[in-house]
Amino acid sequence: MILTLLILIPLVAGIAAMAIKGAAKGISLLSSVAVTVTSLLVLISINSFGPNGFIEWSMPWIPSLGSNISLMGDGMAVVLCLLTGIVMLVTVITNWNKEVERPGSFYGLMLLAQAGITGVFLASDALLFYFFWELALIPVYFLSSIWGGEKRIAVTFKFFVYTFVGSLMLLAALIYLSLQNPGGNSFAWQNIIRAGASLPADQQQWLFWLIFIAFAIKMPIFPLHTWQPDAYEQSPTPVTIILSALMVKMGIYGVVRWLLPVVPDAVAYWSDTVITLSVVGIVYASLLAIVQTDLKRLVAYSSIAHMGLMSAAAFANTDVAMHGLVIQMFNHGINIAGMWVIVSMVEQRWGTRDMRQLGGMANTAPLMTIALVIISLANIALPLTNGFIGEFMLFNGLFASASPYHITFMVIAGLGIILGAVYTLNMVQRTAYGDAVAMKAGGDITRNEYIGLAIIIGLIIFLGVYPKPLLDMTTGVTNMVLP
Amino acid sequence: MKAIIAATLLGVIMMFTGLFVKDKKQVVMIAVIAFLALLGITIWEVQAASSAAPEMLFNNMLRIDSYALWFNMMMAGCTFLYVLLMGKDIMRVGNHVAEYFTLILFILCGIFLLTGYNNLLMLFLGIEIMSIPQYILAGADRRNLKSNEASLKYFLMGAFTTGLLLMGITLLYGATGSFYITDFSFLRTDALNPMALAGILFILISFAFKVSAVPMHMWTPDVYDGSPTAFTAFMSTIVKAGAFVGFLRLFHIAFGSLSDHWMLIVAIITAATLLVGNITAVFQQSVKRMLAYSSIAQAGFMLFAIASVNASAWQGMIIYGVAYSVATIGLFSVLIKMKDYTYDGFNGLAKKQPALAFFTTVFLLSLAGIPLTGGFMAKYFVLNAAVQQGGLLWLVIFALLMAAISVYYYFRVIIAMYFKQGDAEMAVEINSSDRILLGITCALVILLGVAPHLFLGSI
Repeated sequence: MILTLLILIPLVAGIAAMAIKGAAKGISLLSSVAVTVTSLLVLISINSFGPNGFIEWSMPWIPSLGSNISLMGDGMAVVLCLLTGIVMLVTVITNWNKEVERPGSFYGLMLLAQAGITGVFLASDALLFYFFWELALIPVYFLSSIWGGEKRIAVTFKFFVYTFVGSLMLLAALIYLSLQNPGGNSFAWQNIIRAGASLPADQQQWLFWLIFIAFAIKMPIFPLHTWQPDAYEQSPTPVTIILSALMVKMGIYGVVRWLLPVVPDAVAYWSDTVITLSVVGIVYASLLAIVQTDLKRLVAYSSIAHMGLMSAAAFANTDVAMHGLVIQMFNHGINIAGMWVIVSMVEQRWGTRDMRQLGGMANTAPLMTIALVIISLANIALPLTNGFIGEFMLFNGLFASASPYHITFMVIAGLGIILGAVYTLNMVQRTAYGDAVAMKAGGDITRNEYIGLAIIIGLIIFLGVYPKPLLDMTTGVTNMVLP
Repeated sequence: MKAIIAATLLGVIMMFTGLFVKDKKQVVMIAVIAFLALLGITIWEVQAASSAAPEMLFNNMLRIDSYALWFNMMMAGCTFLYVLLMGKDIMRVGNHVAEYFTLILFILCGIFLLTGYNNLLMLFLGIEIMSIPQYILAGADRRNLKSNEASLKYFLMGAFTTGLLLMGITLLYGATGSFYITDFSFLRTDALNPMALAGILFILISFAFKVSAVPMHMWTPDVYDGSPTAFTAFMSTIVKAGAFVGFLRLFHIAFGSLSDHWMLIVAIITAATLLVGNITAVFQQSVKRMLAYSSIAQAGFMLFAIASVNASAWQGMIIYGVAYSVATIGLFSVLIKMKDYTYDGFNGLAKKQPALAFFTTVFLLSLAGIPLTGGFMAKYFVLNAAVQQGGLLWLVIFALLMAAISVYYYFRVIIAMYFKQGDAEMAVEINSSDRILLGITCALVILLGVAPHLFLGSI
């Protein structure tokens, strides 16, 4: 029952925010605090059940289709719910002083998107999963199209059509799988897995591609990433945070929950191909990130590179990689949210995101620079930051993979890390140092931004030094997913 | 049976109302009551008939089973909703308001025959009763050349395909010596003679015309565009669903065992319908014409129910028929209130009429098949049937790609309403009763998407 709260809180808050326009920000703040606290409570109670603990909740929905409203919260799912809570909290706090047009609709849609994303993480019924998967998309479509940048309509439409095509492929696969259940139509996660795994290899092959394309578009994996930099650039920053910190996690989460266990033979067959695409994507995105001058585009490409590493690890088929993946999903969400907060602060103060027109932030805004440096270091996975533990486990897992090419994959992915340091440090250098450019408006960090960044930096350092709580909470994932 | 009698009698009563009641508003009120009565009778019939054996009438020429009763009820419900939403617009079409409602009641009578026929004569009767009033409705706007063109075109083409239908029936009679559709199920694949096959083909072609499937779709855009919008809304939704049920009954009950022979043809027609409907809709500049092509595209999805011979297809037909009708009627009732039928006419509607824009968005999302709306469940049911059938997976994937294309033209309206600046001019004043009715329609669309089993009863 407590799991439904995780979805209902943002849903009800979203509708309330649309109705009571004046209180939209307050409602969002309350809702995100409530989601964070509830997720923490659920995590603690799951943990008390032992490493494989999970809680379930179910009620009948459409009996003739064999579909139930059933939710399952295990370590991985609830950690990601916690992430949505924290990210929303940080987003609301850092934007507290910023005026948006029609705040009621804006925050209402943000909360509805959050409800959809949480639903994706918790659904253990394929049809329900698909519902939430699409539901998260619609509010984001309106958010970006109404409040976005100059080219917003075309860019957001491209994003929408891209993901919608993927979703439809997923739907075809899910319908097919639901019909394979021996006892009649069923969408329950366990039955889908059983049905999929018992299919002959040739059927698994095309099911694999149908499902994989849907998730690959969302993550996004090279060469299906072309919607992403434009969408990130054109969306208003709070929406970009939702997109990059939360929505792309839906893709990788989908792979772990709805692809790897469902068509295991095909995954084994195609994993080298997918890892190859992923590592190519890492290098490609990193190289593009190096030549960017726009901060938002730089961070967007950096995000593709990070997601590439995660997707490579997801297909490495090792316990460590899987465990590291969950850790990294959480940590990447925190780091990239921090990155966007800084970018939007820079844009607010200097009126540009072009690095050629920035510089000397260390003199004009020292506190902001400190935050920028810490988050950047986390972004390149320096030890003692949270990025390190996740990426370390991912590399470890990739290395331990049974694939004959694992060394090659390691080397290419490692190259991505080096390139990551190049573009991230270059960015720090060009914005924070050099000749000081005068601010157009505002000063150093304001109080609300201080609180928001403090949450992020606190988590970066705490989880970097002492990742045990996060590791303990997610040990169950490998047993749930790998055979 | 009660529904057929009631539709006829109410039609006759409505016709005489026109002689005695001169005030148009009163006529609309009486019509609303008549359609409510018809809905009540269909509901009563469903209640009374539950768990009983199918009703056989006129020497078994009609076989009214629980599916037929349920479908009748759904269609009567949709028509009631249609009259509520568009009553005022029908009033504005011309001077013969009572007659328009009479014709609509007669069309419903034809649909009720199509849901329950057991004999090809009844099928023919149903098709004709359903079609002829439509030719009149299409030309109801007498002073408008386009309306005249629509009527004439529809009539000529319709008469031609009715001839084909008769030819098919004759050939089938020649092959089997029977008009009863249950007798054809004894046709064995190995002993099939060419005469019967030719008959099936002729009937298939004439049904393809009635449901506007490619390549028999040419009349659709002109007729739907030329007819008064109030009647296009009826012709492109409820009538189409009725024709589809007639199609479904014949091809599943009578020719189901021969599906190997016609399945591929239907599959190709389906693919062509989806392709032509969706691609052409993309290039339209007028929302009304776009909806005409979209109705072809949606017919492509309904054809899935024909191509898959199983119980899911029958369920899918109900859900699709209702979901498509409700959303399209809602959309037309918004469109008819606009001054400019082009996409640009919708620019800035969200600022001017936020509620109206929101409802329109829900209808469009439903037609595009986004979850949480009836359109998604409808597509889900028919595609589910096709996957169950096996061998149609290529078509399913093709249809999903086409659904993605449909997003393009449906979303153009959303983009115009929400993201473009403009002054969307209304042709008529929107009052709160319009908003409430549209709100109810919108709630129905969402209810269909969340709890489709409520609309299936015990089917």
